[in-house]
Amino acid sequence: MTNRTLTFREAFNEAIRLEMRRDPTVIIMGEDIAGGAATHLEEKGEEAWGGDLGLTKGLVQEFGRERVRDTPISESSFIGAAVGAASTGLRPIAELMFVDFFGVCMDQIFNQGGKLRYMFGGKAKVPIVIETLIGAGFRAAAQHSQCLYSVFTHMPGLKTVVPSTPYNAKGLMSAAIRDDDPVIYFVHKVLLDTSGPVPEDNYVVPLGQAEVAREGQDATVVAIGRMRLFALQAAEELAQDGLSVEVVDPQSLSPLDEETILESVKKTHRLVVVDEDNPRCSVATDIVTLAAQQAFDYLDAPPQTVTAPHTPVPFSPALEDVYIPSAARIVEAVQAVTG
Amino acid sequence: MAELTKEKLLWIYERMRLIREFEDRASELFAAGKIPGFVHLYAGEEAIAVGMCALLTDDDFITSTHRGHGHCIAKGVDVNEMMAELYGKASGACNGKGGSMHIADVTKGMLGANGIVGAGGPLACGSALMAKVKDTDQVTICFFGDGAAEQGTMHESMNLASIWKLPVVFVCENNGYAQTTPAHYHCAAEDIADRATAYNIPGFSVDGTDLFAVYEAAEEAVARARRGEGPTLVECKAFRYYGHFEGDNLSYFTEEERARNRERDPIDKFRQRVLERGLLTEEELAEIDDRVKQAVDDAVEFAEEAPYPDPEECFTDVYVSYP
Repeated sequence: MTNRTLTFREAFNEAIRLEMRRDPTVIIMGEDIAGGAATHLEEKGEEAWGGDLGLTKGLVQEFGRERVRDTPISESSFIGAAVGAASTGLRPIAELMFVDFFGVCMDQIFNQGGKLRYMFGGKAKVPIVIETLIGAGFRAAAQHSQCLYSVFTHMPGLKTVVPSTPYNAKGLMSAAIRDDDPVIYFVHKVLLDTSGPVPEDNYVVPLGQAEVAREGQDATVVAIGRMRLFALQAAEELAQDGLSVEVVDPQSLSPLDEETILESVKKTHRLVVVDEDNPRCSVATDIVTLAAQQAFDYLDAPPQTVTAPHTPVPFSPALEDVYIPSAARIVEAVQAVTG
Repeated sequence: MAELTKEKLLWIYERMRLIREFEDRASELFAAGKIPGFVHLYAGEEAIAVGMCALLTDDDFITSTHRGHGHCIAKGVDVNEMMAELYGKASGACNGKGGSMHIADVTKGMLGANGIVGAGGPLACGSALMAKVKDTDQVTICFFGDGAAEQGTMHESMNLASIWKLPVVFVCENNGYAQTTPAHYHCAAEDIADRATAYNIPGFSVDGTDLFAVYEAAEEAVARARRGEGPTLVECKAFRYYGHFEGDNLSYFTEEERARNRERDPIDKFRQRVLERGLLTEEELAEIDDRVKQAVDDAVEFAEEAPYPDPEECFTDVYVSYP
């Protein structure tokens, strides 16, 4: 491992930087990803923002405006352009600022990017990464706070990844950029300032590979994205009561590492799935189905889900805190399946 | 306009006739129940696809529409593979997985017919962006209809292409109808080309049934794109002989309108002009007429005899790799 500590934001940025150095066909575009195009800042080779939350800071200084492109607020055109460029020889990264904006450009993502290969009988590939901010906790209200990765995971032709640590943020981004299929990379905005060990080399975390974040014997908690942090907290608390909880972070939702999840369930005989997305037709229900279909005989209790409610994200801090799954709710769910 | 060589004129006539022959046959085959699904025919608009693609090479790109057969033929896609694709056969251009509405051949720079109205604009910006970033002189032509002109994607795309000076030619094929709804109802502008002003790009409105008018506009627009000066909007006003899709009875057309359309048939007009000016001979044209008829006969035979895809093919080509 490494002694070096980076924030999630820095790890994300480093992955893109290293891939852009490695491969001249990698470009990145989005709204204000540099910022200040066509102003005195551009003349000085500088940027205004480096992305709304600083994720792409400094890229334009190194790679220039040809490869780091500020776009108009026209998601259909620039995400579609990324699809068109990907199918003709570039490896574009497009930033959809908040995933909640997918409604304005979904056709280009799922009808074009996700289907070109299949519709053309395998005679095209679309190596594009769409990175987008997700998640509640910023008091950003209903149109800037959802997770919605379940929607994209549902769609054939798209791959979906939800990093949770600086380490996998970097490795999943490198893997996503090198992958020949469209990958949607979901960044939980509350994780950006979390830090952890990140090696300096340009490594990948393979798509479709889960990580056992904590080993345990008594119950399996599958936790997606930020929920991994809460699950680890809950596991720590439950350890005080003598319960040994295994935490599995899928890292990728499509492809999903069914094997690692099932192995864990077969070992612990109990399953809790923690997911900040809305509960209907979700990844959480999908993982419960997986266990029911393929590990039914191993289960000693009905699987539990800990999810957001089936509501939009409320604004008031008093309400938003109710919306987001908590370590306390995970503790209760584990107690329910082990009780 | 540069003088068209005899070789080019023969190519133009052959492509236009091949489109007409292919579409007329597709209509018959659809009526006979041989071709499943939705089929949108291009007959009447041949001068647009051919006049535009006459300026391109295999390295250049086009994006297309639901009415894409003409674009395919103009860009050089194999008609055997096209017909087999319409039949849903394994030897089709997309192995039978796309059909009429998604017919494509990326090796010829044909980036796909498209079932979504207005979806080609962003994709065209993308292939053009690739050419710009890689500093090649490849040009992309984005064909779209008058119906698509009202989609936000087209406005976004023309604006994006303009600010980034992308090598795209936006070609609006105004055949007068968005399905059954006439352009004078759905479009607030007199000429769709007038919208070019708003994107700060050149815009022309030309007679889309006049091959020479289309070619002249294409020459200027493609040259501008190759010089790196950015996009152009060319509106080509034409008509379609067939309905929006096969099965549409054209109840919204009047008899006078049909008669007027027949009088401005793009192929007849081309024939008349090249014969009057002595550029091509009756014999040369007749020879091409025979050849395209044979080519379509062969394509139908090829499609009829081709096998259907194996059932396993349902599950392939979703991803390049998926563990």
